[in-house]
Amino acid sequence: MKHLLSTYDLSRADALRILDVTEEMAAVGTREVKKLPALRGRTVATLFFEDSTRTRISFEAAAKRLSADVINFAAKGSSVSKGESLKDTAQTLEAIGAEAVVIRHGASGAADRLAQTDWISAAVVNAGDGTHEHPTQALLDAFTLRQHWARVHGVDPTGTDLSGMNVVIVGDVLHSRVARSNLWLLNTLGAHVTFVAPPTLLPVGIGNWPCTISYDLDEALATGPDAVMMLRVQAERMNAAYFPSTAEYSRRWGFDDARLSALDERGLEDTIILHPGPMNRGLEISAGAADSPRAVVLQQVSNGVAVRMAVLYLLLSGDH
Amino acid sequence: MNPADSDNRSTSVSATSRTVLTGSDIERVLTRIAHEIIEANKGTKDLVLLGIPTRGYPLAQRLGQRIAAADPTVDLESLVGQLDVTMYRDDLRHGTSRTPSPTRIPAQGLDDQVVVLVDDVLFSGRTIRAALDALADIGRPRTVRLAVLVDRGHRQLPIRADHVGKNLPTALSEKVQVRLAETDQSDGTPITDVVIEGGA
Repeated sequence: MKHLLSTYDLSRADALRILDVTEEMAAVGTREVKKLPALRGRTVATLFFEDSTRTRISFEAAAKRLSADVINFAAKGSSVSKGESLKDTAQTLEAIGAEAVVIRHGASGAADRLAQTDWISAAVVNAGDGTHEHPTQALLDAFTLRQHWARVHGVDPTGTDLSGMNVVIVGDVLHSRVARSNLWLLNTLGAHVTFVAPPTLLPVGIGNWPCTISYDLDEALATGPDAVMMLRVQAERMNAAYFPSTAEYSRRWGFDDARLSALDERGLEDTIILHPGPMNRGLEISAGAADSPRAVVLQQVSNGVAVRMAVLYLLLSGDH
Repeated sequence: MNPADSDNRSTSVSATSRTVLTGSDIERVLTRIAHEIIEANKGTKDLVLLGIPTRGYPLAQRLGQRIAAADPTVDLESLVGQLDVTMYRDDLRHGTSRTPSPTRIPAQGLDDQVVVLVDDVLFSGRTIRAALDALADIGRPRTVRLAVLVDRGHRQLPIRADHVGKNLPTALSEKVQVRLAETDQSDGTPITDVVIEGGA
């Protein structure tokens, strides 16, 4: 593996390898010395053209736990505002010694562009490109789901996939790179995905995707899913009215307290709730649901560090 | 020639190979090392055996069983663990990236314990160097000893073993292969032996 750009072309074997390495990286997080010398003397640059809290600090923590040096680049306050191009920025980082570039960009395909051109020879990790993909988020979700799935079945998660798991992904699929990356990866790992969204927030051509579509959250929950993933309503990407009001969105597609108690009533004690963050409490998820024992949001965040350690380790060790 | 015959090693290794330790030799050697460990430690108090994957771990388990047999007060769970050294290797930039194995430390931890590292072959000493680094991140043992099934020489670092199953002078061009029933079953036939392959 030279780059990690998407989960669409990630093979089952590679996906399982990343998850298995993550398992060992997560174990390091429980030790007193949370550090490994594996990438000592290597430099990782995070190149963020969009704001982010968890993804950037997660990559930074991952690189530091592997003893790599980290250069953080944020477009705001940089020479990008003076008109510097992506190519020049990336080449500058490489000239400083970056061997891996973690890039987040508002344009779909920016990470591919960096990887496929001869601008830089560093390994490229896509940390979210426009509405295209966010592969490490999907991997950390899959890792969280696998931990849960293995616990429910009483098996060791290492080497297992998500065969037979039903995952419902709810919300703004149209703008969500998380939804796309998750669909491809969960499908590769054998899980069944149902998208639930208002018709206006589903992309054109979704009929050809390997998933079930529903417009009714209660109907989808009635099928007894093993996990429900709530997506953030991405107000910053919505330049038109996609739904009549936030109150109506919340009532029809939000995971509120009533839906939380409905899960209990149906005896679905093993159903977990995921959210990639940041959460709009009261909009797509109620505070009651977000803080319930079913919610694994913080587990997702800590798994994120382990997944990113695994990815950086696999990209930067060995010959390429 | 019956290919299923487990004594017939020539079916699974090249013509230039020769067996230097058979299954029963290994059994004998491990019994001796187990007693050496008890003797050096003056008993089994504070003893932890850490096997280095892949083959060090089953060897540590076998040693642990022998120590437990000699001293029934020993709890095998708190005696044997596994120490992965992948992330501490100095060759991570070369070759293909390795998938780390789990590290399992007995519940009492390593602080103030007598740790015996167990591996199959001692060669350059670099794996043991990595293991010492890994140990330092996990705890502070009182003493660290090293037990190996085979010492084939050619050390590149100032490291020596405290307990050696067999000193095996080799040429650099030769390969020493340890095959254990736990890790190297071929065609369902358990194999346990040490073979040398190649050479001038």
